[in-house]
Amino acid sequence: QSGLGKSTMVNTLFKSKVWKTTLPGLVVPIPQTLQLHSVTHVIEEKGVKLKLTVTDTPGFGDQINNDKCWDPILGYINEQYERYLQEEILITRQRHIPDTRVHCCVYFVPPTGHCLRPLDIEFLQRLCRTVNVVPVIARADSLTMEERDAFRRRIQQNMRAHCIDVYPQKCFDEDINDRILNSKIRDRIPFAVVGADREHLVNGRCVLGRKTKWGIIEVENMAHCEFPLLRDLLIRSHLQDLKDITHNVHYENYRVIRLNESHLLPRGPGWVNLAPASPGQLTTPGPVKARRRARDDLEDRL
Amino acid sequence: TASGAMDKEYVGFAALPNQLHRKSVKKGFDFTLMVAGESGLGKSTLINSLFLTNLYEDRQVPEASARLTQTLTIERRGVEIEEGGIKVKLTLVDTPGFGDSVDCSDCWLPVVRFIEEQFEQYLRDESGLNRKNIQDSRVHCCLYFISPFGRGLRPLDVAFLRAVHEKVNIVPVIGKADALMPKETQALKQKIRDQLKEEGINIYQFPECDSDEDEDFKRQDAEMKESIPFAVVGSCEVVRDGGTRPVRGRRYSWGTVEVENPHHCDFLNLRRMLVQTHLQDLKEVTHDVLYEGYRARCLQSLARPGARERASRSKLSRQSATEIPLPMLPLAETEKLIREKDEELRRMQEMLEKMQAQMQQSQAQGEQSDAL
Repeated sequence: QSGLGKSTMVNTLFKSKVWKTTLPGLVVPIPQTLQLHSVTHVIEEKGVKLKLTVTDTPGFGDQINNDKCWDPILGYINEQYERYLQEEILITRQRHIPDTRVHCCVYFVPPTGHCLRPLDIEFLQRLCRTVNVVPVIARADSLTMEERDAFRRRIQQNMRAHCIDVYPQKCFDEDINDRILNSKIRDRIPFAVVGADREHLVNGRCVLGRKTKWGIIEVENMAHCEFPLLRDLLIRSHLQDLKDITHNVHYENYRVIRLNESHLLPRGPGWVNLAPASPGQLTTPGPVKARRRARDDLEDRL
Repeated sequence: TASGAMDKEYVGFAALPNQLHRKSVKKGFDFTLMVAGESGLGKSTLINSLFLTNLYEDRQVPEASARLTQTLTIERRGVEIEEGGIKVKLTLVDTPGFGDSVDCSDCWLPVVRFIEEQFEQYLRDESGLNRKNIQDSRVHCCLYFISPFGRGLRPLDVAFLRAVHEKVNIVPVIGKADALMPKETQALKQKIRDQLKEEGINIYQFPECDSDEDEDFKRQDAEMKESIPFAVVGSCEVVRDGGTRPVRGRRYSWGTVEVENPHHCDFLNLRRMLVQTHLQDLKEVTHDVLYEGYRARCLQSLARPGARERASRSKLSRQSATEIPLPMLPLAETEKLIREKDEELRRMQEMLEKMQAQMQQSQAQGEQSDAL
């Protein structure tokens, strides 16, 4: 839904103004239909370049009747898989297929303090089957620590009850080390996050935060919120894993479904007649190559 | 003597206000407050904070799976509060399930129906024969909670407010206002005010101060009006920090929000407005404006011919729920209406007969002349 701090969070994550954020009152009216729009940036750190594409979904869940409002989102994700598939089945294909697939979907749960809403459940159930989903408790500065913990436990209960399997999925833990680390993460999901793109002076340091009359909420302070956990998960430790799972699991699932209905595949240039997949073909992640092992930070924090 | 002369001029009705006061206190006050808005905006906590009672002790927040099939229900809770010898019978009307479903179309209709039913009941009672103990269950005020996270009013907010604004006093409130920084609060309030104007929604208007009130009161009054919609924070917990005095508030790791601190939120303004200064006015506006409007609409629709027949039928049997429920008018009045209509019908019939007779005459004359 609008106003949960999605754009601010993206800016905070990447410490650069990927989106322009606005105060209420200065913004365009809520769009009537769900429109997705993507922005691509190349950001660089210590010589490493990252081409980041962020897709925002303003208008999701804002209407009176939100039935099927998740369809455009599912459609967009599948469209990216389709694009990749079309490139992959060409006879003469590019060395490096442009990858526009969505590697991770961050879902913002409003801080009601009660439990997941019907809309959240409908959305999460559908999307977890298609893409890596990382739910977060948005704008957590309106919940005290005790309220956050209680809310988190209830959300975890809800997800188990409705078979919502969010990232990192248990069945893809490769070895015992993975399992230990990922279990710690799974215990803390959804992270209670706060985003900010303004800096304030606290004890002589310049920190990103929100300034209220009763105190300053520091975004990168673990005592205030769990933003550092989210950042570490998405960028520092599990970025490559997110891409791998997307490629080896979600994309493969999509491909199998498409090939089983291959008589419907449009015959474009370079059309290859692929044999339909055998029924017993399960998708398990193949041997994962070159994984980034920068997990010390995340382990320390947990 | 001088005092003797004074005694002759003193009648004694200066004591009237005291008599009124004593009677009112004996009678007690009653007030019905409706609370509406989607779940998770701190409604229950705020109500408990306002009246310093735990009205929601036995409440069970429904589980996620229960919410998937939940429809809107209207719940009424009553409590008697006493303070300084004054008794108030407070009735709280809650709307759990509002705004929770994936599809919230028309979810406000049960609320509108409820408000109208109270008016209907009052109209029946008022028109009845025994008017000694009329219970006033009409909704005197609706506190509508707006999310602090939205960028103003959402489509559902607008739809609800539009449906009820001519039927109940609306006091808009921003819930969980401690989620906002000062600038954000100002911007949100302004946006909401603009939207209310654009959509033509009439919220409860505070009456103007009497000109003989002191400056302090006038200033407070103006401040209160400017802070609408009230940005509120509720809490039933008392925070006892080391050095400072205990306050009611919410403790975060970065500081404590004090509920009764006017720099932190508008809780005090809301409490002052609702309970201390404008409770009586809310009741009066409900009775003199909103209820009268309902009554006039109802009786006007009664004045249409089709409705009148139904009214005569209803004289014999109570209205069934399938027809538009009309208030039962006293027999005398219905009789009078029927007699008037009968008179009219008879006059029209007489005229028709005369015209027919004239036509026959002219026809007969025509034939005669033809024959001739």
